[in-house]
Amino acid sequence: MGMLLHTVLFYTFATILIGAALGVVFSRNPVHAIMFLVLAFFQSAMLWMLAEAEFLAIVLVLVYVGAVMVLFLFVVMMLDINVEAVRKGLDRYAPLGIAVALLMAFELVQLIWLRGSAEFGSGGFVPYPEDYNNTKALGSVLYTEHVYAFEIAAVILLLAIVAAITLTMRKRPGLKVQNIAQQVAVRAKDRLRIVKMDAEKKP
Amino acid sequence: MLNYYLTIVLAPLAAAVIAGLFGRQIGRAGSHWLTILAVGTSCALSVLVLRAMFWDGAVSENISLYTWAATDGLHMEVGFLVDRLTALMMVVVTFVSLMVHVYTIGYMHDDPGYQRFFSYISLFTFAMLMLVMSNNFLQLFFGWEAVGLVSYLLIGFWFKRESAILANLKAFLVNRVGDFGFILGIAGVVMFTGSLDYATVFSSADNVAVQTIEVLPGSAWNAMTVICILLFIGAMGKSAQAPLHVWLPDSMEGPTPISALIHAATMVTAGIFMVARMSPLFELSETALAVVVTIGAITAFFMGLLGIVQNDIKRVVAYSTLSQLGYMTVALGASAYSAAIFHLMTHAFFKALLFLAAGSVIIAMHHEQDIRKMGGLRKYMPITYWTALVGSLALIGFPGSSGFFSKDLLIEAVRESHWQGQGAVYWIAYLSVLLGVFVTALYSFRMFFLVFHGNERMDADTKSHLHETPWVVTGPLILLAIPSALIGWFTAGPVLFEGYFDDAIVVAPAHDVLAHIGSHVWHGSLALVQHIYVSPAFWLAASGTFVAWFLYLRRPDIPATIEAKMSGLHQLLVNKYYFDDLYIKGFAFCGRSFGRFLWLKGDELIIDGILVNGTANTVGKLAGVMRQLQTGYLYTYAFAMIIGLTALLSWLIWFR
Amino acid sequence: MIGLQHYLVVSAMLFVLSIAGIMLNRRNLILMLMCIELMLLAVNFNFVAFSRHLGDDTGQVFVFFILTVAAAEAAIGLAILVTLFRNRRTIDVREMNEMKG
Repeated sequence: MGMLLHTVLFYTFATILIGAALGVVFSRNPVHAIMFLVLAFFQSAMLWMLAEAEFLAIVLVLVYVGAVMVLFLFVVMMLDINVEAVRKGLDRYAPLGIAVALLMAFELVQLIWLRGSAEFGSGGFVPYPEDYNNTKALGSVLYTEHVYAFEIAAVILLLAIVAAITLTMRKRPGLKVQNIAQQVAVRAKDRLRIVKMDAEKKP
Repeated sequence: MLNYYLTIVLAPLAAAVIAGLFGRQIGRAGSHWLTILAVGTSCALSVLVLRAMFWDGAVSENISLYTWAATDGLHMEVGFLVDRLTALMMVVVTFVSLMVHVYTIGYMHDDPGYQRFFSYISLFTFAMLMLVMSNNFLQLFFGWEAVGLVSYLLIGFWFKRESAILANLKAFLVNRVGDFGFILGIAGVVMFTGSLDYATVFSSADNVAVQTIEVLPGSAWNAMTVICILLFIGAMGKSAQAPLHVWLPDSMEGPTPISALIHAATMVTAGIFMVARMSPLFELSETALAVVVTIGAITAFFMGLLGIVQNDIKRVVAYSTLSQLGYMTVALGASAYSAAIFHLMTHAFFKALLFLAAGSVIIAMHHEQDIRKMGGLRKYMPITYWTALVGSLALIGFPGSSGFFSKDLLIEAVRESHWQGQGAVYWIAYLSVLLGVFVTALYSFRMFFLVFHGNERMDADTKSHLHETPWVVTGPLILLAIPSALIGWFTAGPVLFEGYFDDAIVVAPAHDVLAHIGSHVWHGSLALVQHIYVSPAFWLAASGTFVAWFLYLRRPDIPATIEAKMSGLHQLLVNKYYFDDLYIKGFAFCGRSFGRFLWLKGDELIIDGILVNGTANTVGKLAGVMRQLQTGYLYTYAFAMIIGLTALLSWLIWFR
Repeated sequence: MIGLQHYLVVSAMLFVLSIAGIMLNRRNLILMLMCIELMLLAVNFNFVAFSRHLGDDTGQVFVFFILTVAAAEAAIGLAILVTLFRNRRTIDVREMNEMKG
């Protein structure tokens, strides 16, 4: 029963996932494409849940759907893109693209199905024990073995923030901003002029 | 003594550097006083060194001053080997150089390159001293090349004259040919002995003489023969032996003091000196000695003949130098090294004298050098006349003059050199030197009579200005005339027969002709002069002088007749046996054609056309094709990545 | 029995679809970026599947880092896109031909 349900759920989610991916690729409206992409991410998260990778499933939803996709949506809506002009029929590279994609699909399937089955076996994943905590398990290696990589990842995110801001910041004329360096470096003689004069006018 | 040696060598160098670089600051007088003082110091110290060797019996010294480089067992050093040979050469070089320095004050009086000239001749002296005082092959080579360099600078001193530039180029190129052999010889020495040092090389010479080398595949030659012949090729270049003699007559393009210096004391004597220095090597190869004799004999006789047809006063003297160098070379080949060096010494004095006298005449004639336009100068220039007479008599070997002792004994040595066998080589050598005496007398007195006697053939303007030259010119003439006349009397015995050279020159007992003469023929200078009538050389010289007198003073019409009768021979002589034509139209033309071929086909077509420009063109064309891929469109790059990925995947799956 | 191969096939299909998407959507840079996100998702699928198959959590840690980098990439890519649109008033990739040497 459990096994059957598991199988049914997998195929359902996988089908929806592939459908969503097709939607991303072939939808005419970018907003629709982003919505399909969100759906694809959700389905992926579901499939990962089935594989007992709960932490990553949650992260995928939170980070991707919650942040990245929203960012995409935001950009698409902010930029006033002429949707009709953007999508107008297939262009002359389409046959080549499709041929390459088909070739690659053929090769991958051959690799996975024909050669892989001998090596991987056809059994399912070995289930985790009852007291297994995926989040805890990942955390225990993330903060010990991979702590340097973790720090680097943090720096990359910081870099992304700085880069995104630097790229998109515009200097508009007439904008009033402080020049901190100039303010700190200022000296009294730049602002103040001491004039020597007599205390009173000579009669 | 080391301080003496250093001063002798370095004083001319310092003077040359100062006069050359700061000539403008120290002025004309400053530069000639400085260089004369420096060379004078060298000369005085050289005399002291010679005295120490000769009278006080000082032993020869072999000092290594400085190791310039040491590689894998090969030490390249700077050092001095001062023995009796070196001491004699030092005195000759510095004395003649000093005379030339003084003389130059008069000769170059109005020349704008005055300081430069003094710098060069001092540098020349330095180079020659380095050459003779060296104790190893590398320093010898340094001096050798330095002499060549300065001679190049000096022959082309009047660099605005095209002929001077051609002449110095010729001298340089011909010397290169010789130097090529020379450096190969040095390489051979290093190859077989592993050392550059004279002492080491000489001590292992016996060992080399038994080895062989395959110069051409399949023919094993004696190593010592190969080395000696290669070294002698170097000497042929420097000492202007046929067929590498062609540069010497052309070197007359330089100022006359230089001709004197090159022809008398430096440069051309380098080759003779070198062979004498290498006597321990040459003694071990009779083949090499035979080559030396043959080359020397050819030079001595045939170059002398050319002197008869020359009309340029300096060229006559130049060809006589060639001929006399041939004599020295013959003596070297006959193992009479001492005789060669002795002739070198006497020749240095009288040839410098003759050149300077010729220069004096040229000054008086306002740089007219054609002897057909001279004549009767005797009464205008008495000092020059008498000194030139002394020089000419010494040159032809007038009994009692220095040239008599050296040349007569040299010929005697050649006659006695029976160890060569009585074959062709012996007779070529002996007849050449003997007939050469007649030729020498003929051309010497032809020039002498044409210049100083007979009708006055110069134009009236020149004639009105004729007068004796100043004391800076005549002074050196007189100072050179004294040794030219007298030095033979009291040096012939010690130098040739009483073992003056001691260990400096090595002669194998079987070859030692001078010892034979010393014990059988030599009874002192006076006895030699008294028995002059038995010497064929004397009669040949006398007849040569008589013929010159008869043809050019008594019956001046005869030479033209002979010329007309024997025009073929005359043309051959005037064209210098067509050696110049052979070199210029033969070797030089072939070289130029070959160079032109390489330039047009090799360089322009293959290297430039195909390799350099071709590469660039190919790259350009290829890039023209490739740039179609570089569209600049983002998506093509993305496509390329994806297609590459697919290809990699395909390779992984199907082809691995 | 749902196992490694099923996940890998899903992943391969996602990957191929996203490649096709990049090839087809030459006119819209945003869609290209989205396809890249999809491609990264396919890669993550592989990592998760193999991690589970081999029983090694390191694969999932790797996915964590890929997510981080992908987020950074999306942020910067969108920032570039915004600047580009501001300057050229279009995001048509076919007109972007300035990457010439």
